[in-house]
Amino acid sequence: MKYSVNEQGYYGDFGGAYIPEMLYPNIEELRQQYNAITNDPAYKAEFDALLKDYVGRPSPLYLAKRLSEKYGANIYLKREDLNHTGSHKINNAIGQILLAERLGKKRIIAETGAGQHGVATATVCALKGIECVVYMGEIDMERQAPNVARMKMLGAKVVPATSGSRTLKDATNEAMRDWINNPLDTHYIIGSVVGPYPYPEMVARFQSIISLETKKQLLEQTGNELPDYALACVGGGSNAMGMFYHFLDDESVKLIAVEAAGLGVDSGHSAATSVLGKEGVLHGSRTILMQTDDGQVIEPYSISAGLDYPGIGPQHAHLHKVKRAEYVSITDDEALNAGLLLSQLEGIIPAIESAHAFAYLEKMTFKPGDNVVVCLSGRGDKDLDTYIKHFGY
Amino acid sequence: MNRLNQLFNEKNKDLLSVYFTAGYPDLNNTVAIAEALEKAGADFLEIGFPYSDPVADGPVIQHSSQVALDAGMTLNLLFEQLGELRQRVTIPIILMGYANPMVQYGVERFCQKAAEVGVDGVIVPDLPMYEYEMLYKDVFAKYNISNIFLVTPQTSEERIRKIDGLSNSFIYLLSSASITGKALQLNDQVDTYFARIKAMELKNPTIVGFGIADSKAFKKACEYNNGAIVGTAFVKFLGSTPDYLKGISEYVKGLKE
Repeated sequence: MKYSVNEQGYYGDFGGAYIPEMLYPNIEELRQQYNAITNDPAYKAEFDALLKDYVGRPSPLYLAKRLSEKYGANIYLKREDLNHTGSHKINNAIGQILLAERLGKKRIIAETGAGQHGVATATVCALKGIECVVYMGEIDMERQAPNVARMKMLGAKVVPATSGSRTLKDATNEAMRDWINNPLDTHYIIGSVVGPYPYPEMVARFQSIISLETKKQLLEQTGNELPDYALACVGGGSNAMGMFYHFLDDESVKLIAVEAAGLGVDSGHSAATSVLGKEGVLHGSRTILMQTDDGQVIEPYSISAGLDYPGIGPQHAHLHKVKRAEYVSITDDEALNAGLLLSQLEGIIPAIESAHAFAYLEKMTFKPGDNVVVCLSGRGDKDLDTYIKHFGY
Repeated sequence: MNRLNQLFNEKNKDLLSVYFTAGYPDLNNTVAIAEALEKAGADFLEIGFPYSDPVADGPVIQHSSQVALDAGMTLNLLFEQLGELRQRVTIPIILMGYANPMVQYGVERFCQKAAEVGVDGVIVPDLPMYEYEMLYKDVFAKYNISNIFLVTPQTSEERIRKIDGLSNSFIYLLSSASITGKALQLNDQVDTYFARIKAMELKNPTIVGFGIADSKAFKKACEYNNGAIVGTAFVKFLGSTPDYLKGISEYVKGLKE
């Protein structure tokens, strides 16, 4: 595939494994074993069975009629919000817990922003009876309290990250520190297509089920497996990479990645990495990240805890640089309004992350008959407080 | 031959290196601290250039980095401060930090500037061997800056041999696979690990770092290796001692006794 990773773990100029020596054995073990393990028929059978009977896949591809009427195109929603635990994050968590089990790991760590990945990880750890520690920014713990409670109820220990911006970036740092201190028995389930190689590739593969199913479902519903547009929100970028994966080489499909502009791209309170970022190294890979001229990471801002990340995955950085995908951004207000619109037109309350993708429909012009797929990556239950405060319900 | 090689030629045991973060606890005391450490008997120094997201560091060094950044420390300012270093300090100087500030500065510009101000080596924990070989080795060589690699108890023999081949000053032996600031456990495991490395008869000296907080740990490290580096404990001392420049002499004496 044209946009795949090379043998050294690079997507064009991006990727690699910028990790301290303390993590080298873990990363090397993963690099050497993950292909063999995930290609093993017994692994595949267990993965497929869990996705079907535990997660509830395939997730539906729903033609949103009222939204389609509004925008003058056929708008299809890939319903990842209907997965067990309420988002796409469970696809990757299942893939990695089966991998960790086969690597003989006794302890799982994870980082989480909105809590969706934390909940997914706590869920699969409960399923497998494996100890689970989730790092979460102190601020995110406050704004995503229901997900903190879920994780605890599932048996996970939730550890607040109190440094820096006390959000996702810092939770990721803390998780990496934990891994450095516990290199032998612990597997780190990274929740997005970020981190040192092979994580970006591995997570993308686990999430590629989204576009694989979409192709099949579009063919059944429209007679053509290729949409004209595929849209998804991007923080680190795992649902977007899953949505884009099987369309990457079909150049007729326009790929649109929607980032969080926060209070506005130029407001100083934003997470629009592809606009504000420069090439650099963060959390183990060479990618695009928001940083000062001196290489210090700039703390991002978005109303959506899941998009509040200063970088994007290295494959996204590559797709951006070679212009295979278009990277755009949407403000907090635009996203919240789009969330309300989807609720009232289709009866679906989306996660604020996903609402960013829907908000971009307002800015597009379509030809009649265009087929548009939007990844509805998560449901909005966790964000009700934010919606309530914003709209004054 | 740079100052590090000269040092190891002249003295190959009980070498004491001290780490401190540039700009901590006071923005403009980088060279003064270095000078005081040399006078107190440190054999070489590691000066940390602060980074916002130091994943290999524990809370003490992370805090010192944040204080320095908040006070206005940048790589440009650090190089400016180090401009006068060689008029006051003669022992080898190593810069320690993370890949992103160096990459942003430009690796060639970084090495050129480091050489200009009399820096002898660089430790960048998140710059792995593969990336160094592929992207940066020739640049480091051009400016005669040593890149110092880390080795942990989990590093395989094959990889240690490769690191030994790529190194031209010393190998930074981590006392345990952990972030900075965890005290060295004086147990059989540590002896076995140090003895295993010693038996490999590497061409480069080995200096132990991470967890060296007092003279007992320093002595243990020196039993098997050429020396040791004190980091977190010294940063703690700087942060908790109002007149730290005066206290450095006593502090270093305490480590060596």
